[in-house]
Amino acid sequence: MKLRPIAAIALRQFYLLRSSPTRVLPMIAWVAIDIILWGFISRYLNTVASTGVNFIASLLGAVLFWDFFTRVMQGVTMAFFEDVWSRNFINVFATPLLISEYLTGLVLTGVTTSLVGLIVMLVLATWLFGLSFFSLGLPLLPFLLVLFLFGIALGVLASAMVLRLGPASEWLVWPIPALLSPFVGVFYPLAVLPAWMRVVGHVLPPSYIFENMRSVVGGHGYSGSGLLIGTALALLDILLAAWLFTHIYRYAVRSGLLARYSAESVG
Amino acid sequence: MSEPDPAGAAIPGAAIPSADADYALQAEGLRKQYGDTVAVDGISFGVRAGEIVGLLGPNGAGKTTTINMVLGVLQPSAGTIRIEGIELARHRSRALAHTNFAAVYAALPGNLTVYQNLRFFSLLYDVPAGAIRIEELLVEFDLQRLRNTRSGVLSSGEQTRLALAKALLNRPRLLLLDEPTASLDPSAANLIRSRIRQMALRSGCGILWTSHNMYEVEETCDRVLFLSRGRILLEGDPQTLPQAHGAASLEELFIRLAREPLATEPPAQQRDRRGTPR
Repeated sequence: MKLRPIAAIALRQFYLLRSSPTRVLPMIAWVAIDIILWGFISRYLNTVASTGVNFIASLLGAVLFWDFFTRVMQGVTMAFFEDVWSRNFINVFATPLLISEYLTGLVLTGVTTSLVGLIVMLVLATWLFGLSFFSLGLPLLPFLLVLFLFGIALGVLASAMVLRLGPASEWLVWPIPALLSPFVGVFYPLAVLPAWMRVVGHVLPPSYIFENMRSVVGGHGYSGSGLLIGTALALLDILLAAWLFTHIYRYAVRSGLLARYSAESVG
Repeated sequence: MSEPDPAGAAIPGAAIPSADADYALQAEGLRKQYGDTVAVDGISFGVRAGEIVGLLGPNGAGKTTTINMVLGVLQPSAGTIRIEGIELARHRSRALAHTNFAAVYAALPGNLTVYQNLRFFSLLYDVPAGAIRIEELLVEFDLQRLRNTRSGVLSSGEQTRLALAKALLNRPRLLLLDEPTASLDPSAANLIRSRIRQMALRSGCGILWTSHNMYEVEETCDRVLFLSRGRILLEGDPQTLPQAHGAASLEELFIRLAREPLATEPPAQQRDRRGTPR
């Protein structure tokens, strides 16, 4: 892999963000609204509930983690959608660019844009609601890492789906995090789910993060094996998503889909 | 394989280019089939270093399909493509590093400025000292004053100049130009043709050029390939080809071939073509 082609994909996104406040605003605005909304809900619950649970840490912390994951996924897909929207596939894929370089460029873009969102969330949650995020201690790093890896996997998977099904399938991408959220127990333990939903939850890496987060907030420490399983699953998901993207790209080159790709190609 | 035509005109069974360092592009037995539809039917041709080859034919003849296969964005059903002797199917990245293109159907991202587009593609092509190369091309294509203008708001002529500047970023050994002067006024088109011709001579870059402007083809191309229904019908010097086929001009020959492609061929060549798809 070469550095320049990878940098090209990330630089293009930087150019677009720099020249368009309408692209920057959603990166900041939605996460800010989420933190403010859930921050007040958490504060209210702290005042009315007598369970001893710190809702700021457990509820607002969960929102922060979940938003981070969705921003990573969206960062990857948004970089991919730039080529969809500008019908740029022939220009990009007629260059020496390798698929691995393209995907790495998308990931680099996802990292950068999601970090912006994370910083905004951390500042607001700490400043407005006194969330002591770093009190989670060492597990904070694997928590973020697993969510980051799974966000990349889903971003690449969603890009593969749009490459195969056409630009209109973009609308199938945005609800993916919402569809997953009931299974991974963002706001509740997996134990409350019916058995079949728990099975689904256990193959989704974020479930291990949210279970562990609640455990740490409750003062029970974290499960090393749980984090290990979550990391392994997330890595496996990345490999599967990259394989699927490559497979679909090759199909698109073989079938003529890539050469014909445009808004009109949606069948 | 047919005998070479002594007049250098119609060569329906022209020799398949052998692996040769003089060739920027060698296509051999190139075929693309979609279900029952054959878009390109086993064609073989080459573009030598420094040579400008016109790829002519009516709409749907297979020109764009051929170009897409050479660009690596469409996989041939059969056949091989070598760019600078490097087989595209096996060494895609290495082969495409020597290639670039400008096509009317592949506009550059309109939300990036002229400079940003050139920077983006210079990185994709891994151009060393890209910033210097970009400045050279901005001057060469008179784009300096537009460097911070978004490509989407450029006039079609300016977009063409930008597309050509992008196409030369990596100093390609093979350049594919699909109607490169279609949106330019006659003066600008003449200037661009002259620059491309000089570049081919100076740098030894082989050029595959599609155009529906027969005057342009006669003026610019060293050789033309007439494509019809996915096959190469005629090949030869654009200056002598019309006469050899009893046409007053290349345009007249084009019209005749586009309307009645098979009627222009002698019966023996028709049999040969059907029997040995190229």
